[in-house]
Amino acid sequence: MSRIADTFKRLRAEKRTALIPYITAGDPSLAATEAIVPALVSGGADLIEIGIPYSDPLADGPTIQLAAQRALEAGTTIAKVHESVKQMRTQGVEVPLLYLVYYNCIFRQGEERFVADAAAAGIDGLIVPDLPLEASESLRQKAKDAGLDLIYLLAPTSTPERIKRTTEQASGFIYCVSLTGVTGVRTHISTALEPFLSRVRKVTDIPLAVGFGISTPDQAAQVAGVADGVIVGSALINTIHENASSPEAAAEVAYSFMASFRQGIDRGTLTTVATND
Amino acid sequence: MSTQAVGYFGEFGGQYVPETLMPALEELTREFEAVRNDPEFQNELQALRQSYSGRPTPLYFAERLTQYAGGASIYLKREDLNHTGSHKINNTLGQILLAIRMGKRRIIAETGAGQHGVATATVCARFGLECHVYMGEEDTRRQALNVFRMELLGAKVHPVASGTRTLKDATNEAIRDWVTNIESTHYIIGSVVGPHPYPTMVREFQAVIGREAREQILEISGRLPDAVVACVGGGSNAMGIFHPFIDDREVALYGVEAAGEGVDTPRHAAALTLGRIGVLHGAKSYLLHDEDGQILPAHSISAGLDYPGVGPEHSYLKETGRAQYVPMTDREALDAFVKLSQLEGIIPALESAHAVAYGIKLARELGPKAQIIINISGRGDKDVAEAAELLEKGGFQL
Repeated sequence: MSRIADTFKRLRAEKRTALIPYITAGDPSLAATEAIVPALVSGGADLIEIGIPYSDPLADGPTIQLAAQRALEAGTTIAKVHESVKQMRTQGVEVPLLYLVYYNCIFRQGEERFVADAAAAGIDGLIVPDLPLEASESLRQKAKDAGLDLIYLLAPTSTPERIKRTTEQASGFIYCVSLTGVTGVRTHISTALEPFLSRVRKVTDIPLAVGFGISTPDQAAQVAGVADGVIVGSALINTIHENASSPEAAAEVAYSFMASFRQGIDRGTLTTVATND
Repeated sequence: MSTQAVGYFGEFGGQYVPETLMPALEELTREFEAVRNDPEFQNELQALRQSYSGRPTPLYFAERLTQYAGGASIYLKREDLNHTGSHKINNTLGQILLAIRMGKRRIIAETGAGQHGVATATVCARFGLECHVYMGEEDTRRQALNVFRMELLGAKVHPVASGTRTLKDATNEAIRDWVTNIESTHYIIGSVVGPHPYPTMVREFQAVIGREAREQILEISGRLPDAVVACVGGGSNAMGIFHPFIDDREVALYGVEAAGEGVDTPRHAAALTLGRIGVLHGAKSYLLHDEDGQILPAHSISAGLDYPGVGPEHSYLKETGRAQYVPMTDREALDAFVKLSQLEGIIPALESAHAVAYGIKLARELGPKAQIIINISGRGDKDVAEAAELLEKGGFQL
């Protein structure tokens, strides 16, 4: 069983919801990323998504677009991100780490090379927001052979037929997009989320993590009531960007942000009845 | 033409988009397949082409250009005479009818030079639909007149300040809008790019160019042309005129890319000549990108060719050898822009001027017994202010 599956299994036994932060690697520097990741773990993160910055991130709103731009301007490359991940593992980060990476970055390097390098760096899974099920077979197989989970996404617009076919291929967890739209801070959680999650639950018991638009500990608590994992990206990036002048300061800000979400989520999970049957 | 998997041309094409869009693409594919051979839909479209857009457009023998080139007879397919001034309306008329059929009341589009934006705003005005056009901030400045035309037609123009602030970024932003407003909105992509079914659908709506040209040249000369020449940015005017000639193996097909300041410089837009295979805006195709897959900025004097990718079917035609792709520089295009204006009284769009530049060269190579068709995809009124500046800078004597 993969490190990702193990983590969700343990959390389920403890009746806790996974907290999954997202940060863009190299924003504003890889030194900052290397300081932020352990701080997120101390703050209560269960898994961490590391975004590989991309020039044309069409699933992302302005916050993550700008983060990617800052990272690329700072000279971040895929090879340097792998090096940073290795560094984090050496320094004792043990939680599952995933890359959020657009398909062209993988394709240009070659699926085989990208997967091998990611696995060697200590990555556990790949989330590829512009690679739908139909085009994913070859990458899924290569990832599997290297011990990585390819994480699929489902959206409120996914038809029952697509949900079924996706859950049949999925491993690790499924990334459920909370709304129709791009990533970014929102003022409230879509009312369509619950019915969407129950449509997915009906056909699978693979863990469901929800992302896009979750911006406050209260919203995280609300989502924790219905999901196995809560993903938070843009709100974290905004907070770090606005308050941190050095890698150390960024780590401190990231830690408090994470701790507040941890409290929110644990509160949300405790008030929930099991939703898994 | 056979495609190996649904939505692919050989290894090119596909649907590389967020899951949220996949059901909408499935719906669009179904609807497009349904209307493809539906006489009622086709009749309605044909009637609009005639009465609204002014089709068929003439195939014109360019006598003085032919004399100047001193070789093959040169015929011009006059897409510049379409309503709104370019071939773009062939596609927007088809897609707006499809959008109405699907019950979508809100239309979005991306635009580079503004020609596709204007063609979209035009059909939205004609059918009373809400219209939003995404345009790179840099292009809104270069093409201020087209911004005003779109606004006059009732469209809302959204300047895009991200990335390189040109067509590529406008396309990203249109896709983001579509993901957000998927239930109410149809996205009218302006070229043979994007995820399936767009490359096929846009080609089908543009193929009227080649069907007419093929009939016209047979009627005028009694035989097929030796070559067809068209400019390629995304490549919709080229796919439109090429497609009906694909099975005529004796007709050579030439796509002309923008070489910008030269293919030996980094400032060009020659994705097929110099690019590597990659994935952009939902399709696998030739593309300008670095070793990490980061998209590189393109450059051309013509905003319509200023795009780092190209339609997947062109990549397939290149790979199979059915079409040849050649680069022409800014300077060669400007020279042809002046030549066509002065020899024929036809001011071409800077995009089309790339095709004219290569057409003159090709006519010389083929010799007087041959005949060729050059697609004049649009008229150059939009470009005159910029051309005046460029000509002065380039030391051209009018």
